[in-house]
Amino acid sequence: MTEIFNLPAMLGRWTLNRIQIFGRSGIFLCLAIFQGFLRPLRPGRLIKEIEFIGSKSLLIVFVTGLFTGMVLGLQGHHTLTQFGAEALLGSAVALSIIRELGPVLCALMVTGRAGSAMAAEIGIMKITDQFPALEMMAIDPLKYVISPKILAGIISLPLLTAFFNVVGIFGGYLVGVKLLGVNEGAYFGKMVSAVTFTDIFGGVLKSLTFGLVIAWICSFMGYTAQATTEGVSRATTQAVVFSSLAILVMDYILTSLLL
Amino acid sequence: MVIVKNLVKKYGSVVASNHLNCRFETGKVTVILGGSGSGKSTLLRQVTGLEKPDSGEVLFDGLDLTRATREQLYEKRKKMGMLFQGAALFNYLTIFENIAFPLREHTQIADNVIKTIVTMKLEMVGLRGTEDLMPSQLSGGMMKRVGLARAIVMDPKIIFYDEPTSGLDPISTGVIDKLIRDLNRKLNITSVVVSHDIESCFRIADRIIILYYGDIIAEGTVEEIRNSTDPRVIQFINGNPEGPIPFTRTDKNYLDEILS
Repeated sequence: MTEIFNLPAMLGRWTLNRIQIFGRSGIFLCLAIFQGFLRPLRPGRLIKEIEFIGSKSLLIVFVTGLFTGMVLGLQGHHTLTQFGAEALLGSAVALSIIRELGPVLCALMVTGRAGSAMAAEIGIMKITDQFPALEMMAIDPLKYVISPKILAGIISLPLLTAFFNVVGIFGGYLVGVKLLGVNEGAYFGKMVSAVTFTDIFGGVLKSLTFGLVIAWICSFMGYTAQATTEGVSRATTQAVVFSSLAILVMDYILTSLLL
Repeated sequence: MVIVKNLVKKYGSVVASNHLNCRFETGKVTVILGGSGSGKSTLLRQVTGLEKPDSGEVLFDGLDLTRATREQLYEKRKKMGMLFQGAALFNYLTIFENIAFPLREHTQIADNVIKTIVTMKLEMVGLRGTEDLMPSQLSGGMMKRVGLARAIVMDPKIIFYDEPTSGLDPISTGVIDKLIRDLNRKLNITSVVVSHDIESCFRIADRIIILYYGDIIAEGTVEEIRNSTDPRVIQFINGNPEGPIPFTRTDKNYLDEILS
């Protein structure tokens, strides 16, 4: 019986807890970005993080992009031929990739590859006392470790997405034009006339947001992980789950704002 | 000189520091002894400013670290070195880069000079030749020695050691003890050592502070502690299982709990 009466209290406590975590993560993000622009700037650290999040994700983004484009080419051709409109394949592939699939799939792949590693790395630094060690050397761990990661996320994601888009369109070209015989001029011609600046701007805006969201959630999860091995593994899992969900939700919100 | 005044720190209902007053004198080795959970690591974290006390003061060269701004604290930290329990080496940097790290961050020293300094520090801890290894390739004792080399690379005035010999074999323990002594004697570095290793403590200490659940129960030179008549101190330094310090956590009667 008492459980029923306790239910509102529990619900309230749970909600307050979430709001608190959300607020703390907001302060964490603002501080990390703000500190990132204060002296001493550490360009070396930033480049290293861009290498980790960006360059090292190129292969996985390439493969994902290629197959996404190829599947779109196949599906698009199959559907469009029913209306005799296979000439529109180029614009169908390009628009779906630039507007939606590029930013979203790219962000999901980066979450899986770099986001999880980011959370785990930060968590491990935490349980092995590396943050207090930095503190004792008069170096702000937030500025030294977190700021470059968040800036690198914001910088890398649009670039990776652009790469994904190119590869995806090429994948659609391989299947549509080379395999299924769509006219090459129609494929690219329709694409150029269909894709507007707004589409590209929307895609870039999305990928910027996703880059921020991934780096924010993953580094916050690692930073606030419980200082135990279970804590770090839980933080890593949560980082990936929350980032992925946040990407999908943000995608809906951004799309509804952009359309 | 570090002076601790009326330091209070509570975690929920657990009192980790109960109105502590003590001082770490310049050029002396002070060892903080105590069992697990006696609040000695908490004291160290408060003295270094890593954790804020609930109330009280920590005066470091006249500056109250508990009220200092971040800039003031960081300025003082450049004069502190700390050896963490697990050495806390940066796992993504080589041994050389780990030790060179504070120099690269805080000074404009040229690379070849940094190399000389790092070599000298590594020689002091007897690990010259390990420059290009990663921390994961070293044993626990070697990691602690690298940690020590990193702690002294900025030539600090005071070094804090968090359980420097726990988990080490007797020879590594002896090496670390000797290093702590040497650094103190030769470079006149003030040392604060948190430990529960009685033998090593008696070898290195000028002064000993014994903590027991947040309270200082004894303070004095090695001789004074050895000759103490306080039953708690006698039990602690002899490691007696029976005595005024209970080993079990609960006051509940064992028989009652078993038979209930």
